[in-house]
Amino acid sequence: MTTTASPPATTRRRRSGDTERGMSRVFRWISTAAAVLLLAVLAAVAVFLVQRGLPALTASGEELQTAGRLPRGMTHLGQLVGPLVFGTLLAAAIALLLATPVAVGIALFISHYAPRRLAAGIGYVVDLLAAIPSVVFGLWGGRTLAPVVADVWVWVAGVLNSIPGLEVRATATGRSLATASVVLAVMILPIITAVSREVFLQTPKLHEEAALALGATRWEVVRTAVLPFGRSGVISAAMLGLGRALGETMAVLMILSPGLLYSFQIFDSGQQQTIAAYIANQFPESSGLAVNVLIATGLALFVITMAVNMLARWIVARRKEFSGAN
Amino acid sequence: MSATTSTPVGDTERVRAMLGSADAGRKRTDRMMTGLIYAAFVVAMIPLVSLLWTVVIRGIERFSPYFLSVSMRGVFGGMDAGGIYHAIVGTLVITLVAAAISVPIGLLTAVYLVEYGRGPLARVTTFFVDVMTGIPSIVAGLFAFALFAIFFGPGVRLGVAASVALSVLMIPVVVRSSEEMLRLVPNELREASYALGVPKWLTIIKVVLRTSVAGLTTGVLLSIARVIGETAPILITAGYADSINFNPFEGRMATLPVYIFTQYRQGTVPCAPGALDCVEDINLMRAWAAALTLILIVMLLNLVGRLVTRFFAPKLR
Repeated sequence: MTTTASPPATTRRRRSGDTERGMSRVFRWISTAAAVLLLAVLAAVAVFLVQRGLPALTASGEELQTAGRLPRGMTHLGQLVGPLVFGTLLAAAIALLLATPVAVGIALFISHYAPRRLAAGIGYVVDLLAAIPSVVFGLWGGRTLAPVVADVWVWVAGVLNSIPGLEVRATATGRSLATASVVLAVMILPIITAVSREVFLQTPKLHEEAALALGATRWEVVRTAVLPFGRSGVISAAMLGLGRALGETMAVLMILSPGLLYSFQIFDSGQQQTIAAYIANQFPESSGLAVNVLIATGLALFVITMAVNMLARWIVARRKEFSGAN
Repeated sequence: MSATTSTPVGDTERVRAMLGSADAGRKRTDRMMTGLIYAAFVVAMIPLVSLLWTVVIRGIERFSPYFLSVSMRGVFGGMDAGGIYHAIVGTLVITLVAAAISVPIGLLTAVYLVEYGRGPLARVTTFFVDVMTGIPSIVAGLFAFALFAIFFGPGVRLGVAASVALSVLMIPVVVRSSEEMLRLVPNELREASYALGVPKWLTIIKVVLRTSVAGLTTGVLLSIARVIGETAPILITAGYADSINFNPFEGRMATLPVYIFTQYRQGTVPCAPGALDCVEDINLMRAWAAALTLILIVMLLNLVGRLVTRFFAPKLR
């Protein structure tokens, strides 16, 4: 019985596709392990931030004041994180507001306006912006841009001040949130452009030709066929840019003269500060509980950027399924 | 009936003219938007040109073999001395260690996603690789610091900690670009290899990876170019040093970006009137020259990366 039953069993196993033996199996395990490791690293980032930030969350007000090096007059963590989150969001929002229209314009320029031969070259040039290190942007922003735009901000503040009920202060040094946001806008321009460009290029040719056949001008083609098709793509591109701007450290650190206020005086110095720049500024001189405080603020930044990025990716993924392009 | 056949000639031409061209208002809008879109491009070019121009003009002043070959050891005040040798060493060591960590993990993850990935694990990995590209660099630095503080105590400053921080930023970039390259390998090549009885793992190594090696190299070089300019994570993990340090496992390390930052921070030096060996804005001059060096390194990596693809990519068609 046993001798007759065993040969069919082995052949059946071969036929069912289980040909993976020896090295093949090892290789599969190694590459799967790499993927798992990657997820573990991401989880570890979250776990470590929580674990090291926890002491700052549970410490008493007095401890935070003395060992935690909280700024004068603050007795709990929220008083520090609140203005920082506000400053971070404000800087990123202004940057996004400045960058998105320009980026969409460049993306349209590359996808629909520039001569075909030039388009690829222009794409490279915009990518060049992405290749420049952030510290160089900070250096340029602090030394070259700030003195130039300071005059502009003073003028803008003067114009705004003529509106009754509005009081806008502007610093003559240019070390204000507005300047930092302009540099952030330049830094997030490439990513928004790149993603929008990809989406615009995917516009179904038939939609564009249909619009042209109805007598549409080039702008009308863009407005009626390209932009509606690419809307969700542009939104997610902007959110990716937002994620970048939220986490950007050096440009803000090197340009902004910081303060910890809930203030909309974006042309004045000593008003706001962002989380990332605050951490980089304080970290070298911190120890003990002060480090835990900084890690806790870093955790807040991590949560915000993760939420923004996940939302952006989710929009992209959803778009792929329902766009009708395939 | 008779009305249609006897339409005046002028009428048809008018209709044709109306159909053939947009009316004035629409034309104006079209021209205006074209102008705006060209303007957007010009606006974006202004900072790029201004930045590159300033860095080259200000950086060339102090950029010399001497500047590249000495460290900052014993340099103080407005001394007309000092260079970036220690920072270049630190940058290369930290980045190479980071690459040594990220390339195997990133490449194998890409292989998993392309060759094996089915089901929930692959979907989750793809999603979180995308999410990981959005980790703020300073958070990666805090993570690496927290990790190393467990083993080496608080206040740890190590080159390898900076490498780990950079790896967190680099791995998702490597995965993304490698995945794209591996997907470009035609399935016919894999099938031909299977038909010859080659096992899957050998097919992956000898056929898939061999075919896409140029693209993979490009991806790795571009990801190195991306992290080599990172400042914040290195600032909080490796700190800054004035002397040369080749050992990532011991002590603080200087890197080019952090060097630029510290020199910028120090700002101008108050010089005694009539002092001979004192340059007032020496720190800023060093910062600009270091920025020029850093940009040159990044551009070189980008250029080599693109050339590798152009010259070594297999002709698939």
